[in-house]
Amino acid sequence: MIDELAKQYEGKLPAPLLDEVKKETRKVKLTKDQLERVFKNLEEKYLYAKIQPGEAIGIVTAESFGEPGTQMTLRTFHFAGVAEVNVTLGLPRLIEIFDARKEPSTPLMHIYLKKPHNKDKKNLERIIAQIKEIKMHEVLSEISINLLKLNIEFVFNKTRMRELGIQEEETVKAVKDMLKTVDMSVKDSVYIVAPKTKEGEATSTLPLLYTLKEKIKAVKIKGIIGVTEVIPKMEDDEIILLATGANLKEVFKVEEVDYTRTTTNHLFEVSKNLGIEAARQIIIDEASKVIQEQGLDIDIRHIMFIADLMTSRGDIKGVTRSGITEHKESVLARASFETPIRHLINASLKGEVDYLKSVVENVMINQPIPLGTGMPKLVVKGTGSSEK
Amino acid sequence: MENVYKKVDNIKFSLFSPQQIKKIANVKVVTPELYDKEGYPVEGGLMDTRLGVIDPGLRCRSCNGKLKECLGHFGYIELGRPVLHISYMKVIYIFLQSTCKDCSRLLLPEETIKRYAEKYEAYKKSGRLGGIQKINKVVRAATRGVHKCPHCKTKLETVKFEKPSTFYEETKRVTPIEILERFEKIPDIDCGLIGVDPVSARPEWMILSIFSIPPVTMRPSITLETGERAEDDLTHKLSDIVRINQRLFENINAGAPEIIVEDLWDLLQYHVTTFFNNDIAQVPPARHRSGQPLKTITERIKSKEGRFRHNLAGKRVNYAARTVISPDPKIELNEVGIPFLIAMELTVPERVTEWNLEWLKSFVANGPKKYPGANYVLDGMKKKKISPETQEVILNELIPGQVVERHLLDGDVAIFNRQPSLHRMSIMCHKLRVLPGKSFRLNPSVCNPYNADFDGDEMNLHIPQTEEARAEAEILMEVETQIMSPKHGLNVIGCIEDAVTGNYLLTDENTVLPKSDAIPLLLSIGFDDIEKLKNFKKNVTGREIFSALLPEDMNFVYENVVIENGKLIAGQIDPKTIGEGNGTLLRDIHRKYTEEQCVQLFGYIFKLGIAYLMRRGFTIRTADADIPEEIRAKAKAVITTAMEEVDDIVAQYAQKKLKPFSGKTMEETVELNVMQKLNEARNAVGKLISKSVSEDNNAIIMSRAGKGNILNLAQTSVLVGQQVLRGKRIEKGYKNRTLSLFKENDRGPEARGLVRHSYKKGLNPVEFFFHAMTGRDSLMDTALRTPKSGYLYRRLANALQDLKVEYDGTVRDANDMVIQFAYGEDNIDVSRSENGTIDIKKIIEEASRKK
Repeated sequence: MIDELAKQYEGKLPAPLLDEVKKETRKVKLTKDQLERVFKNLEEKYLYAKIQPGEAIGIVTAESFGEPGTQMTLRTFHFAGVAEVNVTLGLPRLIEIFDARKEPSTPLMHIYLKKPHNKDKKNLERIIAQIKEIKMHEVLSEISINLLKLNIEFVFNKTRMRELGIQEEETVKAVKDMLKTVDMSVKDSVYIVAPKTKEGEATSTLPLLYTLKEKIKAVKIKGIIGVTEVIPKMEDDEIILLATGANLKEVFKVEEVDYTRTTTNHLFEVSKNLGIEAARQIIIDEASKVIQEQGLDIDIRHIMFIADLMTSRGDIKGVTRSGITEHKESVLARASFETPIRHLINASLKGEVDYLKSVVENVMINQPIPLGTGMPKLVVKGTGSSEK
Repeated sequence: MENVYKKVDNIKFSLFSPQQIKKIANVKVVTPELYDKEGYPVEGGLMDTRLGVIDPGLRCRSCNGKLKECLGHFGYIELGRPVLHISYMKVIYIFLQSTCKDCSRLLLPEETIKRYAEKYEAYKKSGRLGGIQKINKVVRAATRGVHKCPHCKTKLETVKFEKPSTFYEETKRVTPIEILERFEKIPDIDCGLIGVDPVSARPEWMILSIFSIPPVTMRPSITLETGERAEDDLTHKLSDIVRINQRLFENINAGAPEIIVEDLWDLLQYHVTTFFNNDIAQVPPARHRSGQPLKTITERIKSKEGRFRHNLAGKRVNYAARTVISPDPKIELNEVGIPFLIAMELTVPERVTEWNLEWLKSFVANGPKKYPGANYVLDGMKKKKISPETQEVILNELIPGQVVERHLLDGDVAIFNRQPSLHRMSIMCHKLRVLPGKSFRLNPSVCNPYNADFDGDEMNLHIPQTEEARAEAEILMEVETQIMSPKHGLNVIGCIEDAVTGNYLLTDENTVLPKSDAIPLLLSIGFDDIEKLKNFKKNVTGREIFSALLPEDMNFVYENVVIENGKLIAGQIDPKTIGEGNGTLLRDIHRKYTEEQCVQLFGYIFKLGIAYLMRRGFTIRTADADIPEEIRAKAKAVITTAMEEVDDIVAQYAQKKLKPFSGKTMEETVELNVMQKLNEARNAVGKLISKSVSEDNNAIIMSRAGKGNILNLAQTSVLVGQQVLRGKRIEKGYKNRTLSLFKENDRGPEARGLVRHSYKKGLNPVEFFFHAMTGRDSLMDTALRTPKSGYLYRRLANALQDLKVEYDGTVRDANDMVIQFAYGEDNIDVSRSENGTIDIKKIIEEASRKK
């Protein structure tokens, strides 16, 4: 009965509405008449609520963000579920998303684990060790410049290494791989590093040694570049890992990671590894998160709209002069936003023509704008005076 | 002026060729002098009357037009030596790099050029600009570092560009004359490949040998009070150019040494450069005698005060008024009260017909000084001012077809606006109500959409002047059409302050009024449905009074509130039903009834609340902030425990027993723990209070219906709580301590900004100081946020402004590129939805109610 009716309205009503009405009508007992009335009323309501052609929906969306923007706080940091990790939120984060910055100020990954591992704490340490980037300075107990011999000496912190499950050999190898121009020797578990001396040259100067020391400290031994912190967290009865830094490609290579659910707040990382549709979803999710955290109410359609616009060209375009605005056809529209001189000069060189199809150009020359009531292009043919 | 019904179809951008400059010019300027002894413009000077007129009374010698009729005409000068145009420096550089100095061909082998040329033509035909851009890039890169011309085999040197305007080949300077000669020989197709359209911009046109003089009308002089003339910055610059150009000519003709000529040439280059752009890093800006830099062409165009954003994208209007606003709950939601002063200054044009002739005559008869009168009568193109002298004549001559600009009347349409206009509800259409006084009056309910208050805010009012404008304003912008916000699909207009409190108290179960009070109450708000009043019994409950306003077919259920057939059966009206943002009852009314009914009902409900509250009386007293002793003791205990716990954490830290969170320092861990503890304590206190206070406490009533919340009461009566600065406890100040009376490294609650006292009891000096700190911080936050969010908004608006819903339901940009196939995936307009959805449950419920 319900399904039959629903079938009739397919195409007239959007699918989510139909699904909901089916679900809701099943809960209550309704006569056939009442059911029909439900569908009829729903269609009526839907037709009323349907957006009208010509609606300047872009401006409405911009307003829907611009107005609450004045109410957002600048207080940026907030904790992402656990006290240890904080993320940028509020207005700065919203700006970051819409700008499509190449690097977010606080990149973060939510790493989900495959079935047995997401409940089991046993292997957690090992998985984390694979992901978290460990640098040389974390496993050293001492590093210093020997001023007399003009070399660098360091000692490993054996207990810390055991904790992290790192072998001395692999560490030494990592250093050797990274810094090809050094000589390394061991003496009573003190490692001595000196720059390779070319024939006859005294190369070891103090500034050189100092930079070398810093380089040694920054050598990556294990884990994934950029992931500085990995913290396990319980969420809905499963363990997920919060990782600061974003490097999806490498994380996906870790065997225990459930790559179907793992995400990051880094738009370009998502776009690169998961595609533009995923990036669109991340823009929506991230923007919604900011808005929710600020206690604001902005309809999801507005967020979706901006995400759609930012991703409609196949890569992420920010709402900046070098992003979306750059791709406008109209010279005047671009010029009225920012750097007008540049746009005018370039337009003259290319002999560009502005066909006055969008809003500002028509405002400039006092013509009706092609939106809303200015959109229809009807011309009435005059037939002279109506009296005769 | 006659109306011209033409439409601009497109605007093409290109460079002027020297021939074109000469062609559009009316005057050859030959002298830097501006005026002769009598103060009359010199012929052949920069203010020549053939270039347009800026003085009233003079006529343009080119078109015989008067001031404002003549738009001005261009002139030109011949430059003694060519100079480079500063804005095209980069392009000139590219051309010099990519072409041969001898044969002027592109530095690519003949076949390669041919291959690219074919592609270029194909792309051009199909309009694929991206493809052309790619070719340009490749060509530019390929010609870099070619040391031998593939065509004429000339050996080439690398061209060096020295900012701002000189080029060198090795050490030899390439003069603009040489550049000009080289560029003239470049074939069209080579230009295209480099990235310049040869039809609209030949490379040699970037070098100026003929200089265009802009019309006088775009650089008018101002006459000072002393009678002196102050010339425009551009005129100053132009006279510099003309003067130096003359000297250059003289020296060349006199056969002066090359070094002198070159110096003058450089000077001319400088003046021409600063004429176009006076803000180049390597060029010292040309200045006034006072030392302030001249505003030349570029400065006129760019930035917020430039031509684009100031004059072209934003325009000034007539028929507008601005004054202070003040509240008037007695006028309707969609009305605006305006002072007589404004009603007599602004006008509505009304065309005289035989049916309204007499009516309009009464306005003309009243004249401009008596309300309601008229200020002008338009007869065809003539505009006649009504004054005591002309009044009689005009009155007698008034015939159908003329237009009377009459004073504003009640019910006229006006557009009302408050800046910053952040959303479309910031500019709405109201009906006028002419009132005594000097301020605009508005219903307090529309404060929210305008974000207005009455602490001195001013607002703007515009009177639409055509039928079309009025119709659009009324249909699209009226207040009642804007009740639902497109941001979230909730109502932005609702009852506020007294109106909510009044209705809340009125619809309390126990409120009963004698009939003799109830009827005047309803009559006082303009309610006149006598039938309903007749049904009142001797004692009338508050709910019955409220129900009298509702239409009989109204059904409504929300939480406890139940309305059946227009009768409020149960529940108490509160902000959730009639307030801003979530007034469910108001939204139901809005959906179900016509807009007129809706506004009327809103008005009744609003006014009833106020009227009842006025009758009942409502205030808050200090005793309302008193908490029963036992609760106070309990709260105190909570705080003390929390503080002890904090001390404990600090002690642990001091003994280094605390375990830090990973990735955090000890100090940060302490702070996190302490903050958490104190937050818990404050919440616990809040809960204690909300449970303990009696129902008739005025502060509680306020927090439920009206202003404020429980937290305000908690802060007033028990404790203000931890002061948070930038998301942390207070830590700035002296070395290792917040204030000098604390010990160093004191991490206890008091030393880090816990305010233990209540507002009522009073803060001690330390607490007061901390409290002031956070107060100042939040002020700073607001001040810094406004420009940031403003810029975000501007960028969004600019990027999104041309997106619209097409007739086929898709969302497209100005080039018809599809952004969404269905807006929001379901085509629902948020402002016509119920918080973004269609309420199916409600529909089912309504359907099931009927048999």
